[in-house]
Amino acid sequence: MEAKNNKLDQHRAPIHEALERFRQMRVVPFDVPGHKHGRGNPELTAFLGQQCVGVDVNSMKPLDNLCHPVSVIREAEELAAEAFGAENAFLMVGGTTSSVQSMVLTACKRGDEIILPRNVHRSVINALVLCGAIPVYVNPDVDQRLGISLGMKREQVQKAISEHPKAVAVLVNNPTYYGICSDLRAIVKMAHDAGMLCLVDEAHGTHFYFGEHLPVSAMAAGADMTAVSMHKSGGSLTQSSFLLTGPNVHAGHVRQIINLTQTTSGSYLLMSSLDISRRNLALRGKQVFRRVSDMAEYARGEINAAGGYYAFGKELINGDSVFDFDTTKLSVHTLDVGLAGIEVYDILRDEYDIQIEFGDIGNILAYLSIGDRPQELERLVSALSDIRRRYRTDGTGLLTQEYIDPQVAATPQDAFYAEKISLPLDETEGRVCSEFVMCYPPGIPILAPGERITKEILDYIRYAKSKGCSMTGPEDPDILHLNVLK
Amino acid sequence: MEFWFSEFHTPDVKHSIRVNKHLFSKKSDYQKIDIFDTPEFGRVLTLDGNVMLTERDEFIYDEMITHVPMAVHPGIRDILVIGAGDGGVVKELTRYDKVQRIDLVEMDPEVLNACREFLPGNACRLDDNRVHIYYENALKFIRRCEDEYDLIIVDSTDPFGPSEGLFTREFYGSCYTALKAHGIMVNQQGSPFYAQDAEAMKRSHMRIVSNFPISRVYQAHIPTYAAGYWLFGFASKHYHPIDDLDADAWTALGLETRYYTTRLHKGAFYLPAFLEQMLQEVE
Repeated sequence: MEAKNNKLDQHRAPIHEALERFRQMRVVPFDVPGHKHGRGNPELTAFLGQQCVGVDVNSMKPLDNLCHPVSVIREAEELAAEAFGAENAFLMVGGTTSSVQSMVLTACKRGDEIILPRNVHRSVINALVLCGAIPVYVNPDVDQRLGISLGMKREQVQKAISEHPKAVAVLVNNPTYYGICSDLRAIVKMAHDAGMLCLVDEAHGTHFYFGEHLPVSAMAAGADMTAVSMHKSGGSLTQSSFLLTGPNVHAGHVRQIINLTQTTSGSYLLMSSLDISRRNLALRGKQVFRRVSDMAEYARGEINAAGGYYAFGKELINGDSVFDFDTTKLSVHTLDVGLAGIEVYDILRDEYDIQIEFGDIGNILAYLSIGDRPQELERLVSALSDIRRRYRTDGTGLLTQEYIDPQVAATPQDAFYAEKISLPLDETEGRVCSEFVMCYPPGIPILAPGERITKEILDYIRYAKSKGCSMTGPEDPDILHLNVLK
Repeated sequence: MEFWFSEFHTPDVKHSIRVNKHLFSKKSDYQKIDIFDTPEFGRVLTLDGNVMLTERDEFIYDEMITHVPMAVHPGIRDILVIGAGDGGVVKELTRYDKVQRIDLVEMDPEVLNACREFLPGNACRLDDNRVHIYYENALKFIRRCEDEYDLIIVDSTDPFGPSEGLFTREFYGSCYTALKAHGIMVNQQGSPFYAQDAEAMKRSHMRIVSNFPISRVYQAHIPTYAAGYWLFGFASKHYHPIDDLDADAWTALGLETRYYTTRLHKGAFYLPAFLEQMLQEVE
């Protein structure tokens, strides 16, 4: 298949090609990095391989510069923009966290309001700490049986927009960790009608751009900016990501914002992995993700046939707060076998050598992607049925996860930088927290800076700790103390 | 011209067999299947370059993995065989009149096809009317079974290839569920000699121990396998592999064997010190 415009031929991978040329030139390095193609660090070279360390190089004319791309990186970004249907694409090397932060920092400044669901990733609220914007939370709908947050209802988003007409942007998860999508097209229209930008966290939605019969992608829905975790379902190296923008956003300004916090020594390992993975998805994404969806559907059927567990899917769709469902996600409700999700997560790893993405109070999530094979899925399904046989309980003492309405008492930035004191967890009820508390993964805050600590929240933290959730966020790593406003 | 088949038993140890002729080679959906004609070992079947069987020494493996449980449990009627697409295990089992059903689960039909054509000595009893062949993933097949078999024989390839799922706790747990109250599971358990093999052997033994009340290991000498020294696992819900051996009953059947005897049966469970110690570490 010969492309007409040579410059935008998706068979090409300009960064990859430039690195191959560079390798053949056998350039003598009197620049950084100091390992000099691995020679100075033989142990590292033995571990990672000469192929890998040989292209761990710095920006130079033939390889372009991530801070100000003019040649091969720029071409790679143009190819990515075309592949994703975006006006502009930015290669990101600080994880999707940096994509999310750049997106929020582009849209908001100090004192601006931004409308968002509370079940956002911590990186979103971190960005609010950095820029001083004020969150206006839309409470997500909740599925009572599964105990998971769903998407935002259209009516709720409209209400928030009407009550906060000066807000600058609406942010949407597309999808949530569990694969739930809000009505993105409708929300984009509401935001644009009110003169606001629509920002999307697509950390878990890379495949929407390439697969068939999957939920609509942010760019196709007309959103203005989106953060896409290429390294999650797209197959690139950990920490590599894309920021995509639409026609309403000034690319030069976005670049300036990115350069506020992004390294000036962008890793060519990460950038080439983005380039090669983009090419792969552009050329083969449709088949790849059909396979992933088929595998997930198969596993859902097997798990549900085995009984006890509930692997949920498209039947959750309700036209509003579950507008669509990402069928590549394999989320399983575990409470009916008498085990918390986090317990199943731990048993799978400790007893069966199976590592899944996360377990929360009532569910587990197995992340399926481009690299999965049917034989490993058979292991997962068999392990789940063996766990049911060996470990099931009558469920006494198990809590269902509940969405707790946050009480925002201060902006994240004000609370984070305010005068504070450290109190034992039990004495913090009623105080305003100045730090994050979350289970990781999924990394959605239970408490964010500026939120009031309630009895419900404390009960939840204690329960999650007792079930073995790995809790992060506070200065005190054991979470016996919390920092609260004076 | 010299023509040799070589297999790495470790990165530093190579075992080579002179070849007369390369009879068959095919890449199936799961693995590469080859059959060679050799002067010393007769026809040799390899999967992904690993020797599975040779005409010359298959009797040792096939007799030891079948007659040991058959001589212990008097009431074996329903048998599940996993892997074993070459037919050698089925060939031994069909010699018992008391066996009523042999379900053979093999994921790769190409292995059976190749063996039927080139290794008729092994595959000769696959058409016995008690044998039912299922081309399926064994993990999937067995998790639907409950209280169904008297004996499960796991005749898998090594734990680093497509059979990896057959060395897992979930698989052994499913076997336990699929067995009747007095059921026995016998599996090929690899070799304890080279370090990487020994680690895999210990891991699978540990997983079997955690599933079955009785779990013992027995040994045989198999020239074409790594180190020439091979182990089998005997896992049981009720019968003890030595105490419950009914030698007279087995001898009365009048089965002719070339490796297995009821005296060797007992001896096979007496293990060298280094191996005893290895097993104790994980028990």
